[in-house]
Amino acid sequence: MPEIREKVDVCVVGAGHAGCEAALACARMGLETVIFTVSVDSIALMPCNPNIGGSSKGHLVRELDALGGEMGKVIDNTFIQSKMLNVSKGPAVHSLRAQADKAEYSRAMRNVLENQDHLTIKQAEVVELLTEELVDIKALYTKKIVGVKTFTGAVYEAKAVVLCTGTYLKARCLCGEAITHTGPNGLQSANFLTDSLQSLGVEMRRFKTGTPARMDKRSLDFDKMEEQFGDEKIVPFSFSTNPESVQIDQVSCWLTYTNEKTHNIIRANLDRSPIYAGVIEGTGPRYCPSIEDKVVKFADKERHQVFVEPEGIHTNEMYVGGMSSSLPEDVQLAMYRTVPGLENCKIVRNAYAIEYDCMNPDQLYPTLEFKNILGLFSAGQFNGSSGYEEAAAQGLIAGMNAALFIKGKDQIVLDRSQAYIGVLIDDLVTKENFEPYRMMTSRAEYRLLLRQDNADLRLRKIGYEAGLVTKEQYDYVCRKEEMIRQEIERLHRIKVGANREIQEFLEGKGSSGLKTAATLAELVSRPELSYESIADIDKDRPELPDDVIEQININIKYDGYIKRQLKQVEQFKRIEKRKIPADIDYADIKNLRLEARQKLTKFKPVSVGQASRISGVSPADISVLLVYLESLSRN
Amino acid sequence: MKTDTIAAIATAVSDSGIGIIRISGENALETADRVYRSKNNKKKLSDVDSHTIHYGLIYDGDELIDEVMVAVMKAPNTYTKEDTVEIDCHGGIFVMSKILDVVLRNGCRLAEPGEFTKRAFLNGRIDLSRAEAVMDLIHSKNEFALKSSVRQLKGSVSDKVHSLRDEILYEIAFIESALDDPEHISLVGYTEKLEEKSVRIYNDIKKLVDNADNGKMLKDGINTVIVGKPNVGKSSLLNILVGEDKAIVTSIAGTTRDILEESIKLHGIGLNIIDTAGIRDTNDEVERIGVERTKKYAGNADLIIYVVDASCHLDENDDEIMKLIAGKKVIVLLNKSDLDQNVGEEDIAKKMTDMSLSSGIVRFIRTSTKEKTGIDEFENTIKDMFFHGNIAVNDEIYITNQRHKEALAEACESMQMVLNSLADHMPEDFYSIDLMSAYASLGKIIGEEVDDDLVNEIFGKFCMGK
Repeated sequence: MPEIREKVDVCVVGAGHAGCEAALACARMGLETVIFTVSVDSIALMPCNPNIGGSSKGHLVRELDALGGEMGKVIDNTFIQSKMLNVSKGPAVHSLRAQADKAEYSRAMRNVLENQDHLTIKQAEVVELLTEELVDIKALYTKKIVGVKTFTGAVYEAKAVVLCTGTYLKARCLCGEAITHTGPNGLQSANFLTDSLQSLGVEMRRFKTGTPARMDKRSLDFDKMEEQFGDEKIVPFSFSTNPESVQIDQVSCWLTYTNEKTHNIIRANLDRSPIYAGVIEGTGPRYCPSIEDKVVKFADKERHQVFVEPEGIHTNEMYVGGMSSSLPEDVQLAMYRTVPGLENCKIVRNAYAIEYDCMNPDQLYPTLEFKNILGLFSAGQFNGSSGYEEAAAQGLIAGMNAALFIKGKDQIVLDRSQAYIGVLIDDLVTKENFEPYRMMTSRAEYRLLLRQDNADLRLRKIGYEAGLVTKEQYDYVCRKEEMIRQEIERLHRIKVGANREIQEFLEGKGSSGLKTAATLAELVSRPELSYESIADIDKDRPELPDDVIEQININIKYDGYIKRQLKQVEQFKRIEKRKIPADIDYADIKNLRLEARQKLTKFKPVSVGQASRISGVSPADISVLLVYLESLSRN
Repeated sequence: MKTDTIAAIATAVSDSGIGIIRISGENALETADRVYRSKNNKKKLSDVDSHTIHYGLIYDGDELIDEVMVAVMKAPNTYTKEDTVEIDCHGGIFVMSKILDVVLRNGCRLAEPGEFTKRAFLNGRIDLSRAEAVMDLIHSKNEFALKSSVRQLKGSVSDKVHSLRDEILYEIAFIESALDDPEHISLVGYTEKLEEKSVRIYNDIKKLVDNADNGKMLKDGINTVIVGKPNVGKSSLLNILVGEDKAIVTSIAGTTRDILEESIKLHGIGLNIIDTAGIRDTNDEVERIGVERTKKYAGNADLIIYVVDASCHLDENDDEIMKLIAGKKVIVLLNKSDLDQNVGEEDIAKKMTDMSLSSGIVRFIRTSTKEKTGIDEFENTIKDMFFHGNIAVNDEIYITNQRHKEALAEACESMQMVLNSLADHMPEDFYSIDLMSAYASLGKIIGEEVDDDLVNEIFGKFCMGK
């Protein structure tokens, strides 16, 4: 039978947030790439909340942008409201969040993909991964990927494949008793790939997530809700977006609350919830519980917040944040209508829970390549994460590494002291995760260093070396770094005397007078002062851009804390740099405790640092491992 | 490879005239200089030639601890191939642990079990053929330390550490939920609450540190067992030492039927005193069990206090007791010195010789528990024995205590950082960083890692949005 047979470099399976970044990275690195989607109209779809960013997720987008990803740029062009969260807190937890015009976002990303050289979009369901047995002396990989096959029988030979299947694998949507075998938004699910993966020895699992209803704006009474405005001065996500270009007229969001009536309806109908009735098999995330979960688990809370957010400019649909549910349609309507402002609501799309197949990410290396299948990479919800930003971040890394793999170059692993992306991936591949993984700032132990404001300083170089960041962009960061260094040095050098002019100036700023001469840096470090506010007593300062000034303030004000973390990082790097050969045989190390030996064999850590983070591996096991590695290297 | 500096007691802690504290790592000389003073107070150990020995004194601030010899050995010709200093001091746990303690407060940390050997191997000092043996050593020492650590910890201390950790975790989780979901959880007005709590937590940990100093953290002090016939004054003695009416003291023979246990501190020495049932031939079943236990405890004792009623003649029950204490370190108290004396030290010594028992009796002291005479002499005797390393104790207990103390000190320091950040009005996210360090440090004491505790606490206690 005649069939389509094509040869490309990379196949990306899925065109959600992970798939888009992966495909763009590969194509931009010069590789012939094809991206598969079950529906071209659903490229970069946002099937749940209409925002990008938020606490710690905003960091991911910034980092992604610094590395040469696309998400930040697209949201800068399509947002309708923007807010910097946590501004009253320290700079490390400032986080940008933007409301997206969903349709525009999707369209803009599709536009980027369509116009990217070396990239082809293909509407087709991938049903099978094509592999070859690999006879490798060390038997590290048992198979190697050689391509994919679509539902229609077309074969795409490829040197690398990136799986970004999101929530589509064997997807099942639940709205009370009504169950459909579809992906999000009623889209076609992908029902064959799981079997292909399992036959290749991949361990699959089932996760669950959910989304609230969408309502017709005209049916809502906003007078009963509190208006939520965006920031006056908008900060863009992307380091390459001109800040002037994002100062737009913004659309408001709205806040209202559930009440006892709402909770009573939910309690009375719990038996009809698929979760409580035991119909759902998948594990859901604890951080975005359905409203029924909230009512059950936090029974003493009198009310829960409900954020009503626009889904876009050219639509009347409103997203009802905080009230995701899998209750039946009639219960949903009754429950929503108890909420002030929603009394007469008309539901456009029902809330639903969705179950899907994904993999246990402990089968991946920190490069996001499969441990047993050479050339196969994966990213996003398929890896057991949740969230658009988590997906995009992994997509970029998986894409970059697939490309580097083909080029025969060293792949990229960001460590926990370099980026939230590093924390995200390390957590996924090293820890045992039992629910969809969400990024949180508390997961980053060196978060004072991993700020959203310095993502460019941390990561531009890596993006540049991979070929995703232009020379111009990289040069700017180098110049910026130098400006910061020089100016901080100058501030530490220049002293002001305890004279009358200075005392009066400080008094005027509500700051205490000087007893002896002080450096400008000492003044900047005072909580009530800043680099900008002491301009009058520092006449000879150079003219510097805002982003440089921001770094100067942060570095001087939090100097003590930053230095402490840098010291910890030094310790951390020491064992992180100690690599473990891939063919190590843990059975050979007799003094490891049994649990440690089993875990190490299973996780195959790439470094002693990674080994030390596996639960069940003790510091003594690490000492034994170090001695063993030393004896290996001497042999 | 740049590494931190470690220190530990390198010799057996007890029962030796000389002890060695070893320091290894890049700050070894610096640390030693901070605690060492030469006779003319001019010599700096960092300036002396490698592989030389120096006489001097060890000070904790202005307090003199011991007269020592210090060996200075610079890298690479040392056991670990790192700068190494060995302080030869007087043996005995008291002096050695004090020196270790002051060393640890001046620029190094306590070595992990087997760490000197590990470094020696990793730095190429130990031959490849011994890799297996090195791994063996690390493994077994750590297993032992782990068991000892958990076994030794007093239940009350463990409970306290658990409850402090729970409290700290709750605060971190609250702060972190607010950071992750600022629109659902507000930190307005929280700082005052946290400050109050942090001060309390800080003080509680500080108290634990002090207790560790006094050896109160651990179950085992020096195992001291009081033996003697019924009604010779054993319980009265315990009461005097403890300072409260704990044992039942009556003049009817055989009232202490079970074992009473008290931890006391005598001149800075932790003693675990076990008051036993009196030994005599008995038909009373309950009392008989008590006697059996007494025999068992006496067998495991580090020090036995044999109380004799000096107003009564020795009898066959004393024979039994002497068999029990043969070969052990014993202080004999000739009690009831306020009454007519019928027994002297020569009587006891003779009896033991007659039964051909080896006598470990260190001292005979005449006491009167009624008039509280001779008690000072008794206490001083214990002190002297201890300081001269004459009482055998389990080394591991002191190392465990030191390890716990170090973890507590770390936790204390982290809480101090939290208080500093609060005083400096730093934003809330700074607090949780040091709270987390305190949480992790406390975890070391009870052998618990951090793992997913925080994430679980956040989701379990706080309702997150979306």
